[in-house]
Amino acid sequence: MQARRLKTAVAIAAVAALAVGAAGCAESERDGGSGEAKTGGTFIFAGAGDPKNFDPIFNDDGESFRPVRQMFDTLVSHKPGTAELQGGLAESWEHDPDGKVWTFKLRQGVKFHDGTPFNAAAVCFNFDRWYNMKGAAAQSQMIYYMDTFGGFAKNEAEGAGESIYNKCEAKDDGTAVLTLNKYKGAFPGAFALTSLSIASPEALKKYDANTVTQSGDSFSYSAFANEHPVGTGPFTFGGWDKAKNEITLNRNPDYFGEKAKVDKMIIKIIKDESTRKQELRAGTVQGIDFPAPADRKALEGEGFQVINRPAFNILYLGINQKNPKLKDLRVRQAIAYALNRQQLVQTKGPGGAKVADEFMPDTVLGYAPDVQKYEYNPEKAKQLLKEAGAEGLTLNFYYPPDVSRPYMPNPQEIFTVLANDLQAVGIKVNGTPRPWNGGFKDDVQQFGKHDLHILGWTGDYNDPGNFVGTFFGRGKAEFGDQAMTEMFDAIAKADATVDDAGKKAAWEQVNKDIAAKWLPAVPVWHAPPAIVVTKDVKGLVASPLTDERFNTVSVSK
Amino acid sequence: MSDPITQAGTPAPRSGDDKPRPGMSERSIGLLGDRKKARLDELARASAADRGGISLVRDAVRRLRRNPVAIVGASIVALFVLMAIFAPLIAPHDPVQRFDELTKNLTVDTIPGASSEFPLGSDPLGRDFLSRMIYGARQTLFVGVLATLIGLALGVLIGAIAGAFGGWVDVVLMRLTDVMLALPSLLLAITLVAMASRSSQWTVIFAVAIVSVPIFARLLRGSMLAQRESDHVLAARALGVKERNIVLRHMLPNSLTAVIVQATLTFAVAILDAAALSFLGLGDPDINRAEWGLMLGVDGQRYFEVRPELAYYPALAIIVVALGFTLLGEAMREAIDPKNRR
Amino acid sequence: MLRVIVRRLLQLVVTLIALSALIFIWLRNLPGGPVEALLGERATPERRALLTKALGYDQPILVQYGKFMQRVLTGDFGNSIRTGDPVTEVISRAFPATIELAVAAMIIAVGLGVPLGYLAARWRGRSLDNLTIAGTLLGISIPIFFLGYLLKDVFTQNIHWFPPSGRLTTGLDNTSVTGFFVLDGLLTREFDASADALWHLILPAITLATIPLAVIVRITRASVLDVLNEDYVRTAEAKGLRHRTIRGRHILRNALLPVVTTIGLQTGALLSGAVLTEKVYNWGGLGTLITDSISGGRDYPVLQAIILLAALVFVVVNLLVDLSYAFIDPRVRVR
Repeated sequence: MQARRLKTAVAIAAVAALAVGAAGCAESERDGGSGEAKTGGTFIFAGAGDPKNFDPIFNDDGESFRPVRQMFDTLVSHKPGTAELQGGLAESWEHDPDGKVWTFKLRQGVKFHDGTPFNAAAVCFNFDRWYNMKGAAAQSQMIYYMDTFGGFAKNEAEGAGESIYNKCEAKDDGTAVLTLNKYKGAFPGAFALTSLSIASPEALKKYDANTVTQSGDSFSYSAFANEHPVGTGPFTFGGWDKAKNEITLNRNPDYFGEKAKVDKMIIKIIKDESTRKQELRAGTVQGIDFPAPADRKALEGEGFQVINRPAFNILYLGINQKNPKLKDLRVRQAIAYALNRQQLVQTKGPGGAKVADEFMPDTVLGYAPDVQKYEYNPEKAKQLLKEAGAEGLTLNFYYPPDVSRPYMPNPQEIFTVLANDLQAVGIKVNGTPRPWNGGFKDDVQQFGKHDLHILGWTGDYNDPGNFVGTFFGRGKAEFGDQAMTEMFDAIAKADATVDDAGKKAAWEQVNKDIAAKWLPAVPVWHAPPAIVVTKDVKGLVASPLTDERFNTVSVSK
Repeated sequence: MSDPITQAGTPAPRSGDDKPRPGMSERSIGLLGDRKKARLDELARASAADRGGISLVRDAVRRLRRNPVAIVGASIVALFVLMAIFAPLIAPHDPVQRFDELTKNLTVDTIPGASSEFPLGSDPLGRDFLSRMIYGARQTLFVGVLATLIGLALGVLIGAIAGAFGGWVDVVLMRLTDVMLALPSLLLAITLVAMASRSSQWTVIFAVAIVSVPIFARLLRGSMLAQRESDHVLAARALGVKERNIVLRHMLPNSLTAVIVQATLTFAVAILDAAALSFLGLGDPDINRAEWGLMLGVDGQRYFEVRPELAYYPALAIIVVALGFTLLGEAMREAIDPKNRR
Repeated sequence: MLRVIVRRLLQLVVTLIALSALIFIWLRNLPGGPVEALLGERATPERRALLTKALGYDQPILVQYGKFMQRVLTGDFGNSIRTGDPVTEVISRAFPATIELAVAAMIIAVGLGVPLGYLAARWRGRSLDNLTIAGTLLGISIPIFFLGYLLKDVFTQNIHWFPPSGRLTTGLDNTSVTGFFVLDGLLTREFDASADALWHLILPAITLATIPLAVIVRITRASVLDVLNEDYVRTAEAKGLRHRTIRGRHILRNALLPVVTTIGLQTGALLSGAVLTEKVYNWGGLGTLITDSISGGRDYPVLQAIILLAALVFVVVNLLVDLSYAFIDPRVRVR
């Protein structure tokens, strides 16, 4: 009986060997097949994480936005490869001198995937849907809406402000008029936010999109968000196979813009960056997002197209002024002088990284050409510390060891290098690692337990308020000083300036003062995240906002 | 990761059974955890089988000296320990210092290779890789020894209590260890790390240590139980020695042989598990610390294509040291096995 | 007998409830968590408050636990915080992947380990034996994730024999019936899918098989050596029985018993290895699920369910073991 079992095992092994052979054959046939495909075909792109769902308004992260951007359009869009605005679903727009009434001239003849027409009523339906959203569960997930409009018809959260949304009217089929209670610098850039994409009113109603049910301590989303997202974009939804980690998108033959070149796009979710690269090499995917900085050169050498997105982000070293020693500007300046940021960029920066002098990239309006720069100068740092009587300072430096962000591919190394520089001028550093989702952000942003920390930001649209305003526009535990009212006021004023020239001047002044007078943090670098495709892939335009639309992509052999 | 006790040489009878013949009492086929228990109990009985004490140890050492496997294992372990102790003398540089000569040519995708001053070249931050490897022995020894010691201490405590008191104390404690023994070791360690409020070198040490607690507990208890009825304990009891002193002076020392053998094997698993935790991103977060598992799990993985040596050398070091401890441990186990004394 | 079962079942229920309470409260007292994870860099105090309220974390922990137990009794373990999918669905998706991998690894380990161990024992002291022993020692000393990395680098990057990750070629259509992709392909007669799944399975299975393989080889070898010395084998040889008969009837049958026990035990150890192997090969199983739900913001419902599931399995197995003793061992039955 034992012997028989052995025989069975041998038989299984033999079958396995045969099957491997068969698989090999199947593979070669597959290769032959794709060789003939000139047009159409399938584009397989490896993403880095699971999307949450596909209802634009309930999402706020890049992994969810990647598929959403292929299926939906926004009123205003970005010129491919830049953060500049251009027409989207709206061909043009204008606002009154106060910046409160916005009139959108809509594109004609556009249809949603379900065949219903896109028009001003549909636009207003979407705005009203957002504004009137009910339930704490749903409201809590509308991060970008909250960022932009500040509140709902009925706020579930205590302390949430009044919404600046007033009303939306469909003047005629092609004209939507949006009325706000107050101007905000975010407009019109915010109309290009992926979260504020326009969805089909019919589908929203039919698939119960507003129902976000709370089941215990978690949310579940509607059929619209999970199975039937319907927009106007170049691709329609094909399905999400969660066992295989594949999202399938099909070409939309009725797209109003440049129709997709491929018949099908598959987004394959591969969380591990080195596995993404290996799949690319194996030829099983034709493109990957976020390659490890260390791999970019090798991939380029092997003939892949490594495309650096223009850097639209910032990494900074935050300083918490809750510590009285750090309230002294000289100490903060000493920290800035102590850091050899040029060397950090050279040794650890991903290709194309640049030392940052301001808290926003130089492509954003209001970037000042001449702010005070803090070149590496350890002697000056020591001297400043001495003047301030802060020699022998000990600081708790918080960092997240377990995460990789586009602006911060490897926090462990960045921390180690920065801490090293600080030690060199006599500041004792107490390294405090906290998991990204296990207390780092809470400790830093909510409780302010740290003295120093590293954190950053990727911009959402081309507006200084989205960078500087987000960081320093009001008192935060992160920087510890609720009393820098001078800075808060200057930022609020700049943000409320409607005309472009005035806005530019106001923000330039803010940037100069931040560097010279306030220095609540030290800007470290702008680091471009990359995207890689095989040499057979044509037409991909990388976006600084990671706002890639894959309709222009074709795969040839 | 594997468990040392399952890597054994010979089959064993079931726990508590006094049938001597292997293969005959193997009726409970496929019972989870049973094998593990059996092996531990055998080891426990082996060390306490006859009178135990000095003659057993002397006997074992004599046999070890003649065993080439033991000599190889012991040499590796000795070298490793010496390297750890004398790291500051051997290492050419400070392991955490960044050198301008190295950072000058360092970028995210090129790491300077060997030069006369830096025989193994640079690590990803411009530090001397050779010095880090040498200091790595020290940190690795530290993690392994502490994890083993903590596991040992807790296990000995539980096992001694269970073995000494017997009765319901024994039943409760052993049921607890049985469940722990049945859990896959790395899963248990991961769960413990997840349950810790922050990760540090200590969470790793502790998580790895806990995994070995039930092993030591079971081992010690078995050995104690076997001795309770043995002649020298009965004699001591007859002479009116206090129960506490019997446990501390007579039973515990005799059980330690088995425990030391097991500790040697546990050490190998401890450094492998620590490396695995680093690989999963649940390890020690401080990359200033030169520890082989950390170097392999973090830098070795990230810069595998830029400089594979960053993975190869720590991996090789771990393999050799784990192998050394395993060889030594198994040779020791064989040496104290009464069957080999024929 | 029945009384024993009832008593043990009651114990089981009490244990599970206590354990669930412990895990529930402990997890929620750790720093950070879902709110932090969901908000990312965009957290503001108001947003944090709203989300905390929406998720119900502002209520007393015992109230939260009570609600959780209420739902669990109706079979609802909640939804994953990250994806919103029911936890039961998330786990039942990952489960077949891990089992498929573990079974494949076990087939390799047994199919290779038993013959190797037997041969090594038969030719004890010869070069095959020495080589085998050296191999097994290396097998248990090598960090398995490193081995996986090496295999992957050599066989998928340098020579393209195998795919680097996943369970199926991207874009390949298959019909999922059981979730075991190899089996599904056979059931639905999509043989190319089956072959493709098998092709993806080989490297991960080899990686995962190393440790059980080493252990099985050693146990088999030792066990066969023991049996070879037994009187009945010598008697058989003296009687002049054919080698084949001796091998089959006397040696293997007796020697394999401890091996079979070891195989049972190694199944538990396989799950440990699976966590590492799955990460190396992006294999969407339970191991990946556990590490993801820890680092991806402590997905409470998923973590709770996995830990409880593991506890349940082990407690039930323990119970079955005890009961089976009663059937196997007459002494226990009498008592």
